[in-house]
Amino acid sequence: MAKQFLKGNVAVVKGAILAGCRAYYGYPITPASEIAHAAAMYMPLTGGTFVQAESEIAAINMVYGAASAGERVMTASSGPGISLKQEGVSYCAGAELPCVIVDVVRGGPGLGNIAPEQSDYNQVVKGGGHGNYKCIVLAPNSVQEMCDFGMLAFDLADKYRNPVYVLTDGFIGQMMEPVEFPEPVEKIPEKSWAVKGTKETSDNLITSIELDPDDLERHNQKLQQKYAIIEEQEQRAEEYRTDDAEIILIGYGIISRIMQTAVDNLREEGVKVGMLRPITLFPFPKKSVTKLAKSAKFFLTVEMSNGQLIDDVRLTIEGNVPVYLYNRMGGNVPSIKEIHDEVMKLMRLS
Amino acid sequence: MNNILKKSASFYDVYERRPGADKLTTTYCPGCGHGVLHKLIAEALDDFGVREKTIFISPVGCSVFAYYYFHTGNVQVAHGRAPAAATGIKRAHPDSVVISYQGDGDLAAIGTAEIIHAANRGEGITVFFVNNAIYGMTGGQMAPTTLVGQKTMTSPRGRSVNNEGYPIRMSEVIATLKAPVFIERVMIGDTKSTMHARQTVRKALKLQIEKNAFSFIEVLSACPSNMKLTPSRSKQWVKEVLADYFPLGVKKDVSEEFEPKDISRLVVSNSELPDALNLETAKVDSEKIAPYREKKINEEIKVAGFGGQGVLSLGTVLSEMGMRHDYQVSWLPSYGPEMRGGTANCSVKISQKKIGSPLVANPTILIAMNRPSLDKFENDVISGGLIIYDNSLIDRKPVRDDVEIIAIPATKMADELGNTKAANMVIVGALIEYKDLMSQEVVLESLGDVLKRKNLVELNQKAILRGAEFINNLK
Ligand SMILES: Cc1ncc(C[n+]2csc(CCOP(=O)(O)OP(=O)(O)O)c2C)c(N)n1
Ligand code: SF4
Repeated sequence: MAKQFLKGNVAVVKGAILAGCRAYYGYPITPASEIAHAAAMYMPLTGGTFVQAESEIAAINMVYGAASAGERVMTASSGPGISLKQEGVSYCAGAELPCVIVDVVRGGPGLGNIAPEQSDYNQVVKGGGHGNYKCIVLAPNSVQEMCDFGMLAFDLADKYRNPVYVLTDGFIGQMMEPVEFPEPVEKIPEKSWAVKGTKETSDNLITSIELDPDDLERHNQKLQQKYAIIEEQEQRAEEYRTDDAEIILIGYGIISRIMQTAVDNLREEGVKVGMLRPITLFPFPKKSVTKLAKSAKFFLTVEMSNGQLIDDVRLTIEGNVPVYLYNRMGGNVPSIKEIHDEVMKLMRLS
Repeated sequence: MNNILKKSASFYDVYERRPGADKLTTTYCPGCGHGVLHKLIAEALDDFGVREKTIFISPVGCSVFAYYYFHTGNVQVAHGRAPAAATGIKRAHPDSVVISYQGDGDLAAIGTAEIIHAANRGEGITVFFVNNAIYGMTGGQMAPTTLVGQKTMTSPRGRSVNNEGYPIRMSEVIATLKAPVFIERVMIGDTKSTMHARQTVRKALKLQIEKNAFSFIEVLSACPSNMKLTPSRSKQWVKEVLADYFPLGVKKDVSEEFEPKDISRLVVSNSELPDALNLETAKVDSEKIAPYREKKINEEIKVAGFGGQGVLSLGTVLSEMGMRHDYQVSWLPSYGPEMRGGTANCSVKISQKKIGSPLVANPTILIAMNRPSLDKFENDVISGGLIIYDNSLIDRKPVRDDVEIIAIPATKMADELGNTKAANMVIVGALIEYKDLMSQEVVLESLGDVLKRKNLVELNQKAILRGAEFINNLK
């Protein structure tokens, strides 16, 4: 199969452009900067626009403008920059604007460091800005998926008129792997609601303000209905060797790659262990978790954050099966051996 | 008197978007400058015949509901960010007329960065900046343009220079920039000044329509409600007091000599996309790689050395070549500050099986290009693994006795070839020869596709051959 060897951060831009994205607005930050570099290189060559904004705040508001105008548009950043974007993301969610935000997570809080973490889970998966909103969140675990989800994100964004995050980490962003490119999209859905400077759209309004509490409640209810549909229809997860598994490891992104090897090693030792990898974090793959909880003795959540993913696992399982946490923070990545040893320890305890 | 906006086709006849029973009057207080400025803008849009192609951006502030009135495309944006949103809109639709409308809190406080940079980029938009020296919507707090001594809710004893500094003259600030084409401060005071403001509004919009030029129009304006003055007294205050600190007039005008920039977008069809986006993929010569399909390859390689020794590219070349042999491959660099200390390393996995973690903790092969790397990673190598080290730079031998060891003077050999930088390829040649990981023919043939510096391909091919020769002499 014909492939190109490239970085996750570059693959996501190529995927986005193949999806018809023709606008990038962003501010540099390690370990997401190669996304801006690639966008600066390829947007102008493919008929798009690239602006290095004066801040992440400006960037997300440029995205807001471009999305209002009906364009497929993206931005990217890492923890500190995502924090700055949150007001703008809330506006996008409120005004129901489709856009794609890539978060290549680094160590926090504060300036933290630039090593990989998953500590933006809460601020990305749970809304993050003000108001009752949710963003769809995709969590790639390979460079191929950076490309593929770069495309999928735009489809979902347009389908639901909602911001979509690609939530990843310094490892997936920085690593290189072979990528097979999908075909470019033929046609971007017609956006009759957008403001395009045309006669047909001169009655259109993009806004998130609703002064009347009843109106705003109705708007909120409409949003919640949309999120319910997304929860029903868009859950995605990958199961690995779960068929007869008594122990389920759960983790996303780079963690799933490490867990996969840990599962293989444990299986060789005869341990009945499998892995569930959430691909969508919102919607959380509740169906898969619930199904696996029926036969599992316990779950082990592995994450590079302070127990953020585990909240969703526990909420889904509702106390039916024990759920344990193994986590590292600060840019340290759990090793295969650590995961292996943690499983062995928990088996002895349970 | 000013709170009914009528007769302009660029206004709605009935303000259906306005909640409540009153759909005919505006939300602006009597005597407010916003209403008058709205009229001047709407009239100009009518006269220039651009209503349909206009996109009006409402800020946060009293003019947040401008979209009740303007029968144009409307976008309501976050506090201070209108120029950023305008940038996104204008670039999406270069032929539209984009109006970025802001108050003084919006533009000169929270949104300072956005207006300065939109102006500095010379975005093809028209900015209307209503300076009423106060925060109207939130109930009369101090603005960056509030006058010294002026009492507001947050400067109850009057604005003090010690505590709040001086009012900012935004038009003058923006006029220091190169890209803006037309900057003028006008006022809505008496009839004469309003008539002049009308001309200025028209000029600014015309400049966008005809030349896609950035204009910035500051409009001194009254907020009778928060000034607690009658409409006519407040207009007088604008004229006599506000305009005294904020001098009226043109601050910059290069409209005559300004050449319209080409802001049209390239049109790239899907068939042209692979070239434009560089989607070229690697060629795999199935015949040449056939012998390697049978091999059980599962190598975890750590490459480490000084920055500048080509450690990272040694890793990418191995991975790229691995990919050309239909192996699964991954490459993960050490990145960021770790690099700044002068050392670099990368993890490379080459396998027939799907690759799990891309991070190499316990290498099957360690390539150490300097002493610190050998010191750091020697103990991590798995028992039975391989250490390749550059003994022209490293002054000690590995101490492990449970691994294979190859000492190769790669840097010296590269020097002999005429370029120290080829040391990494000497090692590539040695490794693939020693382990028979890949077809040397394929590696040599594809080197030109893989290396960024095309002028060094021949040298690096020689280096690979030298590395292989070194191994064959050992055998
Ligand atoms: C992030 C944020 N901070 C604060 C506010 C509250 N706020 C709304 S309007 C406004 C000031 C508006 O003043 P100005 O820009 O001068 O416009 P005017 O109302 O005088 O026309 C403020 C502080 C907000 N909406 N958003
Ligand atoms: S409060 Fe001031 S700025 Fe706001 S509408 Fe009234 S007069 Fe105008």
